[in-house]
Amino acid sequence: METITAASGTTSLTWLLIALPLAGALILLGTGRVTNKWGHLLGVATIAGSFGVAVALWLNLLSKPSEDRAVRQFLFTWLDLGRFKVDVALQLDQLSMAFVLLITGVGLLIHIYAVGYMKGDDGRRRFFGYLNLFVAAMLLLVLADSYALLYIGWEGVGLASYLLIGYYQTRDTAGPAAKKAFVVNRVGDIGMSVAIMLMFAAFGTVTFQGVFEAAPGASSAMVTGIGLMLLLAACGKSAQFPLQSWLLDAMEGPTPVSALIHAATMVTAGVYLIARSNPIFDLAPTAQMAVIIVGLITLLAGGIIASAKDDIKKALAGSTMSAIGYMMLAVGLGPTGYVFAIAFLLAHGFFKAGLFLGAGSVMHGMNDQVNMRRFGGLRSVMAITTATFGLGYLAIIGIPPLAGYFTKDLIIESAMARNPIIGGLAVIGAGLTAFYMSRIFFMTFIGKKRWTEDVHPHESPWSMTVPMLVLAIGSVASGYLLMRDNTLEKWLEPVTGFVEPEGSLAPAVVTGISLAAVAVGIVAAILLYLRRDVPQVAPEKVSFLVLAARKDLFGDAFNEAVFMRPGQWLTRSLVWVDNKVIDGAVNGVAASLGGLSARARRIQTGYTRSYSLVMLSGALLVLVLLAIVGR
Amino acid sequence: MNPMNYIYLSAALFSIGAFGVLFRRNAIVVFMCVELMLNAANLAFVTFARINGTLDGQVVAFFVMVVAAAEVVIGLAIIMSIFATRRSASIDEANLLRS
Repeated sequence: METITAASGTTSLTWLLIALPLAGALILLGTGRVTNKWGHLLGVATIAGSFGVAVALWLNLLSKPSEDRAVRQFLFTWLDLGRFKVDVALQLDQLSMAFVLLITGVGLLIHIYAVGYMKGDDGRRRFFGYLNLFVAAMLLLVLADSYALLYIGWEGVGLASYLLIGYYQTRDTAGPAAKKAFVVNRVGDIGMSVAIMLMFAAFGTVTFQGVFEAAPGASSAMVTGIGLMLLLAACGKSAQFPLQSWLLDAMEGPTPVSALIHAATMVTAGVYLIARSNPIFDLAPTAQMAVIIVGLITLLAGGIIASAKDDIKKALAGSTMSAIGYMMLAVGLGPTGYVFAIAFLLAHGFFKAGLFLGAGSVMHGMNDQVNMRRFGGLRSVMAITTATFGLGYLAIIGIPPLAGYFTKDLIIESAMARNPIIGGLAVIGAGLTAFYMSRIFFMTFIGKKRWTEDVHPHESPWSMTVPMLVLAIGSVASGYLLMRDNTLEKWLEPVTGFVEPEGSLAPAVVTGISLAAVAVGIVAAILLYLRRDVPQVAPEKVSFLVLAARKDLFGDAFNEAVFMRPGQWLTRSLVWVDNKVIDGAVNGVAASLGGLSARARRIQTGYTRSYSLVMLSGALLVLVLLAIVGR
Repeated sequence: MNPMNYIYLSAALFSIGAFGVLFRRNAIVVFMCVELMLNAANLAFVTFARINGTLDGQVVAFFVMVVAAAEVVIGLAIIMSIFATRRSASIDEANLLRS
């Protein structure tokens, strides 16, 4: 365990990372129309400031020896209840630094892009306020020094994603999509809160340091339980099986939001959570195995779904599911995988953001259409978008020497070293990735023009293309820069540990196998979508697999049949019980008392003598009774 | 003389008073009947004191007289004000308490 020193000098600026975007969000959301004119510029400026602070902190950490890089900045005491004490304190170490740079860097590019993309939208100020809130919450999530504080960022991310997915308030589909994301995330959050409660019950503390120091002394059942609960939480945020269903609907938000959710924030939170909790997972092989299985299922399911979607954003969303599945698989592999997971996550941040911004640029030129069957041949009119999207495409499928090759290949290698079945499934996933990404690229940019008649595609303004270009450079270079001389391994080793994977197959052989799978995927896509004409309407007669993939592998149908309908039935019957039984009893008592009193009121005639008659008869009655009893 | 005769007289007076309270309309008359009942009770008390040879009944009779005097003051004031507002001393007309 590395030592953590108190923040001083440059590192005492850590709080600014969160404070800047948070202040931006408060100003933009609090001031109303006054800031309409320059609100978006403020939104960009706060993230730029945050990015500047992040770079300064990074340089500062680089100048220190690798064991002394972790710092903790105490802000204030949040709860002090005797045995239970929670501080609001930030922990900046190599792992959070990597995330902070990704979040602020890619976040900044997306903000700049959104200035152009959201031009002319009435709610642009509100949109930037939400974006700032999103970034602030995500930064709090990765900088927290305890699970309790992480939970706040966790929920903040959930809130911001809800607001952004439902941003187009006038669309009928946006509201339900936002609600779905929120509700599915709540299911995962149960795991998070139960994990925190278990930690407090077992260790009496919820700080990372305290929990990790105490974890080896706990029973293996407890550690496994905490690990599985953390996995459930990660599944919710990272859209992993079985909580993946919200991600595809989340495409209802504006495209910059999709890029932000998929590249820099939100879905990476689950991977972060598990990588951060590595001391717990290292003690719980069962939980690790569960992480691997979840990752494998998701990476294959995401690939299958992405292969059948005609909506460019939904196809990319499936691709994100699949990519996050790779990361989960890698973090499940333990110390041989954490570094590769983070490497792939960082590289993925570049090319997935680039791909989404490219998709947004296409939509911008095509009157917000998303159906790839009506695209085709766009490379003739959108040169920059085609180039940046193309580089992202080559990067994600793992063509050497782009980012995906350096990072995804290592995950497959260490999976292969663990178990050939796991490795084999990961290779199939790589082939699927190559297939669906080629399909998207071919259907959109190459082939015949299948445009609807009223569109006039054009290249996007510079505020959109510049971020795409920067991200494309990142997609090309990030993998090499991260992996050259084991840079990232040395950087992360104090936090996550690192063990060189040792498998029976030589790395070169594994690389050969996965490149062969990629080649098969590309060839299949060429045969299906380049050599043959793409129909403008999706064919009806398709195999069961395609049908299933179009319906998200029946995830929604399953949820509806198993959870929604019985839940609805339960609530309806409870409402019935409430109305008829509980309200019936209460109203019945009231009504019978009312009826009784209406009758009793007749006794009160208001005549003095009837009262006195009653008194007299009462007195006589008492006398008679006394006479009888007294005898 | 047999002290029980006083008891019979007291019972008769009380019954007359009670009858008057129940059946007369004029508030003044009802009021006088109440006084009659009180004094019938006083007579009974004094008689019992005499029969038992103790002073208890006599003392209670004094208390009743004091209460009766106080009651007359308040009761007459009420009847006066009712008469002043309604121009009638009939107790059946003063039935505002009814529902």
